[in-house]
Amino acid sequence: MTNHWKDIKNADVVLVMGANPAENHPCGFKWALEARDNRGAQIVTVDPRYTRTSTVADRHLQIRPGSDIAVIGGWIHKVLEEELYHDDYVRLHTNASFIVSESYRFEDGIFAGFDEATSTYDRTQWSYERGADGFVRRDPTLEHPRCVFQLLRAHYSRYTPEVVAQIAGCSVADFEAMAEIVCSTGTADRAGTIMYAVGWTMHTVGSQIIRAAAILQLLLGNIGRPGGGINALRGHANVQGATDHAIVAASLPGYLTVPQPAQTTLAAHLAAYTPRPAVAGSVNFLSNYPRFFNSLMKAWFGDAATPANNFAYDHLGKPAGDATWLSMWDEAHQGRLEGLVALGFNTLLAGPDVPRLIRSMTNLKWKVVIDPFLHEAAEFWNAPGVDASQVQTEVLYLPAAHWIERGGSFTNSGRWAQWKEAAVDVPEGVRSDTWILSELFWRVKELYEDEGGAWHEPIRDLTWNYVNPREPSLEELAREINGYDLTTGRLLDSFAQLRDDGTTSSGNWIYAGSWTEQGNMMARRGTEDPSGLGFHHGWAFAWPLNRRVLYNRAGADANGEPWDASRAGIRWNGTRWVGDVPDFGATTRPDAAGAFIMTEEGVARLFTTGLVDGPFSEHYEPAESPTANILHERVAVNPTVRWYDGVRESLAQSTDEFPYAATVYRVVEREHFVTSHVPLLVETMPDFFVEVPHGLALEKGVVNGERVRVWSPRGEVEGVAIVTKRIKPLTVNGRTLWTIGIPVHWGFKGITTGAMANSLTPFIGDANTRCPEFKAFLVNMEPVA
Amino acid sequence: MTLSRRDLLKGTALAAGGTFVSALGFDLKPAYAQSRELKISGAREYKTVCPYCAVGCGTIAYVHGSGGLNTTRSVIHVEGDPDSPINGGTLCPKGASQMQLAMSPRLEHTPKYRAAGSTEWEDVDWEWAMSWFARKYKDSRDATFVERDAQGRRVNRCEGIGWVGSATVTNEDAYLITKTQRALGIVFMDHQARI
Repeated sequence: MTNHWKDIKNADVVLVMGANPAENHPCGFKWALEARDNRGAQIVTVDPRYTRTSTVADRHLQIRPGSDIAVIGGWIHKVLEEELYHDDYVRLHTNASFIVSESYRFEDGIFAGFDEATSTYDRTQWSYERGADGFVRRDPTLEHPRCVFQLLRAHYSRYTPEVVAQIAGCSVADFEAMAEIVCSTGTADRAGTIMYAVGWTMHTVGSQIIRAAAILQLLLGNIGRPGGGINALRGHANVQGATDHAIVAASLPGYLTVPQPAQTTLAAHLAAYTPRPAVAGSVNFLSNYPRFFNSLMKAWFGDAATPANNFAYDHLGKPAGDATWLSMWDEAHQGRLEGLVALGFNTLLAGPDVPRLIRSMTNLKWKVVIDPFLHEAAEFWNAPGVDASQVQTEVLYLPAAHWIERGGSFTNSGRWAQWKEAAVDVPEGVRSDTWILSELFWRVKELYEDEGGAWHEPIRDLTWNYVNPREPSLEELAREINGYDLTTGRLLDSFAQLRDDGTTSSGNWIYAGSWTEQGNMMARRGTEDPSGLGFHHGWAFAWPLNRRVLYNRAGADANGEPWDASRAGIRWNGTRWVGDVPDFGATTRPDAAGAFIMTEEGVARLFTTGLVDGPFSEHYEPAESPTANILHERVAVNPTVRWYDGVRESLAQSTDEFPYAATVYRVVEREHFVTSHVPLLVETMPDFFVEVPHGLALEKGVVNGERVRVWSPRGEVEGVAIVTKRIKPLTVNGRTLWTIGIPVHWGFKGITTGAMANSLTPFIGDANTRCPEFKAFLVNMEPVA
Repeated sequence: MTLSRRDLLKGTALAAGGTFVSALGFDLKPAYAQSRELKISGAREYKTVCPYCAVGCGTIAYVHGSGGLNTTRSVIHVEGDPDSPINGGTLCPKGASQMQLAMSPRLEHTPKYRAAGSTEWEDVDWEWAMSWFARKYKDSRDATFVERDAQGRRVNRCEGIGWVGSATVTNEDAYLITKTQRALGIVFMDHQARI
């Protein structure tokens, strides 16, 4: 979240799209209701289903799964054509005036620089035009035909209400009624927020859906101010923290980047991620990248990381290519992955394409599952339809402690790291994750000491300054994450103190300040809220630096006055910024630098080279789509997606065979899979079901409460039909389309068992993140006789 | 005098008890007060955070048992933390049933091993389990480690082991996962944020 949960109470319009917080984040969603009750805010939902959030919304728009960019593009079109944008904000805080090079093009669904052979873009074709001084040329009048503002207008000119309605399947009138509300916050005295979740990320265009939302929010002037923002609602207790601390393929803690093979030296790596200012007066904060990176290497390799040895740069592995979830399973599918460790993760039910996952898992030589419960991923060899005697994979299951038995911190969606207390002891026979991780590390280290083997210098050199080396305390780890001044031995207060010369350490620079000489800031429990805006600076620790609203400098005008005095994020008092922790120099004059200190432009990007699939968001059909792409028929699907072996063949080839759009989701009584072990929750939501639209049920002879079978080319599910009028028929490109809803919570273990929804979903992902396309695919359905 | 929200609730309960005296002609107050007090009387409060979604609701676990010799601490009740600015004491159906997750009889207490081609688990001890784990890990690492790629560049990566999870562990354990696995050269790494 750019903002945080309680901040939603400050909004005038709450757009919920790609999320269903009334169901999946109920206690956070209360702040949307608070905004409505206290400010008269409007809550609106856009979703393939009429959700529990829709039931309390002022307006709902039903759309086809996978048509989000068309809808958002339609709103951008309206904002530009009807001049509903926040003019002062756009001119001051975005790159609208920046001029783009002549090489930029968008024709027939393809941007400039596309290479057919590799399905990638040469993004230098989208660069800015630079003047003799090396800085980007700008046109403050916004009239230059190649300035970002005019290119944006041209790009979205195709997204008329009629085109959007045809793609999304709704009526023009319904689209326009929703657009009136969503596009109504482009003034200084109104703020709009967006709540989204995996309903946006889980598409082959997921990153670009969120980018489209960013463009819309920037045009409306909604980024950086209380009541605004783009707010990702995370689905597990510490998705945010596990991402911050980089249990992910491409990043290191604090969103530093994993070194690439071509970066053969530390200097080459640092040069690649240390940007130069694009305009005069840009703070260009990421020019500090070397301080953050070298301090991480000091935290990890201590005295073995010195300026003389490039801070032990060679100690980090450099991946050959993408190493995310889908690519990992593809390695297993091809028989190249020998072993897999799954900690706190049901890797089987998670999908996509469970039958393919099972085939991949049986190719592993060994698998270790670390979890409080014995779940499906540990027993994949026992899955329905699998002959265990034919599965040669050795499997080890380790019972791990769970949250109630452990202290430590979770970081919520709003970036608040909250320390929790261990309520009970780790039971007899069970071990903590910390113990298991340490024990594994020590035993492997001892094997290398005894036997030698492949490159083990980093194992030898890894810092391990813990009182009990076989089980470090969470407090020790938290202090290591915060970081030290290595000269004085004192804990750091801020990442501003980090140095690139080896005199500081920090395990994660964005958490610097979370545990200082004053103590554990994450454990703070102050409830004061002097501004009344819900910042609560005395409660827990929000990264970075306890800032509650990111980009908050943009919540004020050129003189440092908040756009709306009644909802002031930060304000310039003549000598310093007051209010929230400023996302800007505390005493830097408002006119001395651009508001967006994290970009080399000093402003926010309506146009970017940051994503692999285009500088503006474009509507592409899901990999499995019920219709042609009416914007560009020859380029139907995102041209930069990665097609793993066998995936094209595993997709529906015709809508005659697979006529219905489908999407998967959660219900409030369940949380993915672990809740299948909780009796109260199983009792309230016992059985797998399929949500079938009423009209389709009549057509197919499906009876409410009777069983149906749903199948895709990958697999099938069978369960109770819930016949509902909550899902209406859509008219997509002149044809009637039905949508089917399928919850994800069941498997073959648990108090009750049920079909695995991800048996149906396709093995394909977003071009940028490889997040699988769980949210839009095709199925067929019939009643079970 | 400052009244906490819970003091206020207790006061309300007593006042309600008082009205029963006049309505029924005898004093229910001791019985009523006892029924209100029993459940968490003598329990210690531990401030924790709900383990489900990422709203981060503050919760209070009420625990019996001191943790001293011959005692076992046991969660007897979990409720929302009224001091939390995020949830203000409220919880959803999942959060409200946390106690059943915390104290579930379905939780496992023994490592298990399933041999190649076997149709069942066998219980193993931790010494055996960790020794097996380290052996497999090292053998696969040695077998699949690439120090230099085809172009002769130093890459120092382990291509044959993947690590996934978790979005359910603490920041501190998440950090320790990244720290140890990156040092071991693991490159295939991911968690639930991707899916």
